[in-house]
Parts: sequence; structure tokens; C-alpha cells
Amino acid sequence: MARTAEHALVGSDRDALGRALRQWLPDAAVLDQIEQLRPYECDGLSAYRRLPLVVVLPDTVEQVQAVMRYCASQRIPVVARGAGTGLSGGALPLENGVLLSLAKFNRILDVDLLNRTARVQPGVRNLAISEAVSAPGLYYAPDPSSQIACSIGGNVAENAGGLHCLKYGLTVHNILKLEVVTVEGDLVTIGADSLDAPGYDLLALMTGSEGMLGIIVEITVRLLPKPASAKLMMASFDDVEKAGNAVGNIIATGIIPGGLEMMDNLATRATEDFVHAGYDIDAAAILFCELDGTPEEVSDDIERVKNVLEQSGCTDMRIAKDEAERQLFWSGRKAAFPAAGRLSPDYYCIDGTIPRKQIGYVLTRIAEMGQEYGLRIANVFHAGDGNLHPLILYDGNQPGELERTEELGGKILELSVEVGGTITGEHGVGVEKINQMCVQFDKSELSQFHALKAAFDPNNLLNPGKAVPTLSRCAEFGAMHVHKGELKFPDLERF
Amino acid sequence: MQPALNPDNNIDKQISLAVKQAAVERIPLRLRGGDTKAFYGRASEGQPLDLRGHNGVVSYEPLELVVTARAGTLLVDLESDLAEQGQMLGFEPPHFGDGATLGGAIACGFSGPRRPYAGSARDFVLGARIINGHGELLRFGGQVMKNVAGYDISRLTVGAMGTLGVIVEVSMKVLPVPAREATVRFSMPAAQAIGQMNEWAGQPIPISGTCYHDGTLHVRVSGSAKGVDAAIIKLGGELIDEGAAFWHGVKEQRHSFFADNQAQWRISVPQAAPPLPIEGEWLIEWGGGQRWLKTDAPTDVIRKQVEAAGGHATLFRGGDRSEEVFHPLTPGLSNLHRNLKNAFDPQRIFNPGRLYRDL
Repeated sequence: MARTAEHALVGSDRDALGRALRQWLPDAAVLDQIEQLRPYECDGLSAYRRLPLVVVLPDTVEQVQAVMRYCASQRIPVVARGAGTGLSGGALPLENGVLLSLAKFNRILDVDLLNRTARVQPGVRNLAISEAVSAPGLYYAPDPSSQIACSIGGNVAENAGGLHCLKYGLTVHNILKLEVVTVEGDLVTIGADSLDAPGYDLLALMTGSEGMLGIIVEITVRLLPKPASAKLMMASFDDVEKAGNAVGNIIATGIIPGGLEMMDNLATRATEDFVHAGYDIDAAAILFCELDGTPEEVSDDIERVKNVLEQSGCTDMRIAKDEAERQLFWSGRKAAFPAAGRLSPDYYCIDGTIPRKQIGYVLTRIAEMGQEYGLRIANVFHAGDGNLHPLILYDGNQPGELERTEELGGKILELSVEVGGTITGEHGVGVEKINQMCVQFDKSELSQFHALKAAFDPNNLLNPGKAVPTLSRCAEFGAMHVHKGELKFPDLERF
Repeated sequence: MQPALNPDNNIDKQISLAVKQAAVERIPLRLRGGDTKAFYGRASEGQPLDLRGHNGVVSYEPLELVVTARAGTLLVDLESDLAEQGQMLGFEPPHFGDGATLGGAIACGFSGPRRPYAGSARDFVLGARIINGHGELLRFGGQVMKNVAGYDISRLTVGAMGTLGVIVEVSMKVLPVPAREATVRFSMPAAQAIGQMNEWAGQPIPISGTCYHDGTLHVRVSGSAKGVDAAIIKLGGELIDEGAAFWHGVKEQRHSFFADNQAQWRISVPQAAPPLPIEGEWLIEWGGGQRWLKTDAPTDVIRKQVEAAGGHATLFRGGDRSEEVFHPLTPGLSNLHRNLKNAFDPQRIFNPGRLYRDL
């Protein structure tokens, strides 16, 4: 069941705000009719829905500045939205706020082949960048599974990762410069066309800041040469811990694979039904290992990894025989989320990161917790970088099942912190994991986050209520913990 | 080698107390490790806060590619621990002296020849424990590759010259030492070298270092034995034997270019930017992205030319260090910097003025 925050409609506010914003925007770029607002009521985390007061669709930087100036002067909160594929509710609108869509900023402005950079607008799709520079042999490295739809502005706001992070890094490692509109409507350049910029590293700070510090209106990304050769190996294991150890054994050889991914049995079965890639559906876990580089390097590495996988006790091993088969092998892994969606009416994706050596323990604990809660869990794992995505299968039409699922999800995140990891590897905190922030950070750390936020946004107008919980919220969450499961204030809104 | 996890080497509580007291009494502090980089940044006065006593590798997991060490850990010790496991700091930090500490390397944000090909100091930082201007011990980031919980304060401290807080512990990603490295050299004019380095960088060739000086371009390649052999054939040029010593000299500024006491500028421009029209002696690194300059040209001329090329200029060594040595910020950025400084260190006790006069 969708979770809808019901509020008395503030019709007059809506009309007045719509009128005011039309001073700077074309009529069609201001949406203030309820039916127009519906498509914006949620992002990829559809369990949370809320209508904004007004949606604006500017298509120039000046228009964004004008919207911000007006909203700042009237103390109206603003939530920025890219393609709306985010999985943590970062773009969930505020009922008293403006939703600022950057969908019209969809142009690649400039490609500099010799410097290997591209200047793009935030609404450009991730994959479109790589497609545009493919002919001269370049690509943009971060490749979140949603890359066909997600936009680069959202990638920066969430510091998106993907399947090749261990070797090629996250968004923060692959961008050079941002144009940002501040809460007051000023335009500032952060970063530079050079490899570094003077002063504090605001580029790192903006990346992953979930729309809390400024509105990103232009991004300069770094492009890499496409590897001359890429080979994908797929190994089966009869035990997840063995598969986890195999990853460590590969790293021990001194090879950093381009991609290292793992799926457990349930995830393997689900994706095999979906894409028919020929996965070993009897394996407890399958491990994907992609080796890329020069043909000479790859042929060296593949022999070494073959030995390691055998010594690590794999029960079966296949090497994609050509590019088509490599794509086929990957297709299942990339389709793990929709495949899980076919196993169950609903699924809920968790995003903890753990030290890789803990994988066996963590998967055992997750299975135990799943039994305790009566919910099935399929696991896909960015094994190279420790980012674990348990997919909890549930039926939102069964009363209480979403609530149980969310509680189980919270427990899994707390487990991630307990073993030395983090509550979110690449999806962001948003509204979804805001309570677990109280587990990962203490009072003084959260206060430092708030002070930092105030340095950019003193009146707390940019995406307020997301990413960093207030101290009182954490106090309440702590109280909830004491009462385990029995919520003290069941009528309280819990984002 | 230092014993790991000796509790005597953990003085974070003492550092925190010292900071609290300084904040109450508004006494400026000069954060110091080995003082090997004391030449860098603006002149700044303060009561020395020596961080060398806080040292040691806290945890090192070679199979996770992660190391965590206290700020006072000597870089030589840390690197020798890593080397024992066939690993290294991928950003090749310059030491500039035997006493160089991890904290100093991170606070200055220096990276060596591998930087454009493997990443910078901040790229390898995964987490940090810092003490803010209230004396609070805070932990940000973590010991895992991917972590987007909260603002990225650990990377923000890299290159902040200690002005936001005391870095007490850093977690970093490490890399395997390449199986083989080789260096080839070419003779060509500067403009051609810049073009060539960037054309190569756009191809899948495992380049890991580039340096051009006085008509000679050096290129280092790293990787598997067969991969390096193939790269050498592809690049051409003359294979040299003393490659390791050459790159060490460039990294530590022991190359003859750096031998005299003339003021030295660090010019950071887009990698493919053509040679800049400023008279002087140049040494070009990082595929053209980092250029060292010794010149008699006045500061404003240098800054104007560098800005026109899309970059920024730092008076790296020597010269007048009471003036701004880092490139002036735009008013909008300058404002954000002041606000940030205030958010971390409201009493302005940490290295006041070391980065910019008003921070």
C-alpha cells in the first residue's frame, strides 16, 4: 500500500505561488494543478508519496536562479529532482514546497576529446554521456544499474556508484567541475577544468550532498578510454562464504578486476527466469569477475584468476566466449531488481556497505532475520567494494507487511554499522534511512553536519528534513528502540 | 617500524583537551607533524600543537585494500607496512623529508606522479577522525569503498591545511604495487609533448607517470609484465634503466629543476592546455595538468595568464608568504569558505590564515 501523507490542500497558497513563479517562468513550466503534480509525488522509492505545492520545470540557469531568489525571499523550501530514479526518497516533495525538476536541462554542451572531459547539463542521462563519446573510444565510468534512465545531476547529488567502482571509482572520482545555484540564487563554480581547484574541496562536499547544499545546473565529467579488452568470468560456489573468500583471494594476487559481483541463490534464480543467461541455478552463490585492460594484461590476469577461483573451491566456471555473451552474463546482474519484482508483488532494496570479510556472517544473519520476520530476501552484492543490496520481498497489500519490511531493513542497516560498515553505499539517506543515521553518527557529528548545512543554507530551505536527522528525531528514535517494535507514537509521521 | 596499536601512541584525548582549552582562551594553534611541509601555505603564527605522538597503524586489511592509521604515523613507516604486503598508497604522496607524517600529507593534499592516472590524495581517503574547533572528536566516512551517509567531511579536510580541524586518523584505499614498471623517454618540444601525453591518455595504455623538462619527455607505464612490454612497444621511445630513481626525484623535488632557491610556482591547468606565455623555466607533470614554474614575472601577470588557461596558480615555495599564496577565490566561493570555517572552527584557532588570510 502506498504511504500517502494526507494534508489539507493548501489551494490558495498553491494558486498564489503558481502565479508568483510565472513571473519568471513560462506558463507551461509551472505546474500547479493536482493532476499535473501526481507524476512528481514520489521518486524510485514509491512507498513514500507526497504532493508538492508546485512543480517548476525551468530550462535556463537564469530561471533556476529566479526561482531560488523568490523562494529564499519567501522562505519556501525547494526540492530538486532529476530523473526521479533515486531509491532513498531524496526527491520526495514537500507539501509546503516547490519541486524543482531539472528534466529540461538535457543537453550535452561540449565534449573536449583531448582533455577527455564533457560539459553536460544535469538532466542528461548517465548512459547518454558514454554513448555520445563512444565513437572516439571514450566513456563515462560510473554505471549505476539505472544508467539507462538516471540523470547525471542526480548521480552527483547521490554520489552514484555502479558495477565498476572498485577500479574506476564513484561519481566523486569522475567529475571535475560543477555550476551550482545557491539557496540565494547566486551562481558559483565549484571545482575546475584543471585536476584540482584552490581552497576547500567543495566538489567532494557537493557530491553526495542529496540536494541539501545547492542546485547543480552543470557538470563537467572526466572521460576514460574504453578498455581495449574486457573478459567476464562467472564462477559457481556451493557456499556464499567460499565465494566471499574467493574475492579476497583474487585481490591478494594484486589484480584489481574491473567488476566483481556476487548473487545468492534466490537472486540467481530470479534473474535466470528473467533473462535466461544460463546461470547455474543450483549454486549457493555465483561470482562475476570482469578483467579489463590491454589484451596482453587481460590474458595474463585471466589465467591467474582461473587458478584462484579453482583453489577457492568453485564448482563451475565459465568465461564469456564473446562480447554478446559477456553482455548476456551481465544483463541478469543488471536486471536483478526488476527480476526480484517478478518473484513478489513488492520488493524493498537495502544499500548497506560492509567490510567484505564479513559477507558470510552478514548473509547468515540476514537469512536468520528474514526467517524471524517471515520475509524472503534475495541478495546481490557489489563484492569488490562491499556494497550489499538485500532485496526484501513483500506484499504491500498484506496489512503490516510494509511496516515489517521497513523494520527488517532498518535492522539490516544497523547490522552493517555493527560490522564496521555503513547504512548507505550508493543510494543515499534521503527519507528512507534517516533514523539509521542516528545509529551511525553521534550527537556531535550530527551537529557538525547541521552546522555545515547552515554554512550553505542558513534557513534550511534546500531539501529540508532529508539526509541528516534532527537531534530530537534521534532522541525519539532511541526511545522507539527501547520499545522494540511497539512504536510509542503510532500516529506520528515517520519518514 | 612502529608497533601497531600501542595505547601510548593514542593521544587523541589529550589533543582534544588541548584544543578545548585553546578554544576557550582563543589561543591560535599551529598544527604540526614533522614540519617537512612548513614551507607551504601562508605564514601563520600559533602555539605549536605537535601531533607526532599520535601515531601507529590502527588496522590494515590487505584483502580489503584498506588501511587506517593515526595522523602522526610516519609516511615511511606506513609505506613500508604496505610494501610488505605488496601494496602502496596509490597517490604516491611526496614526503619532502624523513619526518613526513600521514596527517601532514593529507592536510596538504599533495599527490605524486601517479595522480592523473590513479587518483589524488582525496580520491583515496575513505574516512577520517577529526577534532573540530570545539574540541569534539568526530568520525566521518568509514573503512569501506562506498559510503554516502552524511556529508563527505573526510574528503573536505584533504588540502584544507588544517584550517577546519585536527586530522587525527585517516582510512584510505590502497592499491597493489604493479608487477612491473618501465620508463621510456623522448625528445620533443613542449607543445608536442603536451599533445602527445593527452593523446596517449585517451587510449587504453597503462601510463602511470609523465614528466617533461628541457626537451625531454619521460613516460612511465605500470601493470602486468606482458602489459608493460606491449605498452613500451606501442609508445616507442628510449627505454631507460634508472626509471625508479627518476620518478622518485620528480616526486620529492630532487630533480635538478628544483635545486636552486628561486621561488617556485605550481600551475594547475587543464591537462591539454598549450604552453603558457610566461617567461621562465618550466617542468610539466601529470599529462600537462601540473606545471612547475620558476619565473621573474609578477604575481598578477602569472595569475591572469593561468586563469585565462582555465587553471589556478599557487606560490608553492619561497616568495612573499604574507600575501595570498593560493589563487584568490571568487566572491561567492570566498563567502562559502568563510561560512565553512565558521562551522568547524568558530574561534579561528586552527592554523589561522595559513590557507587564506581570512580563514
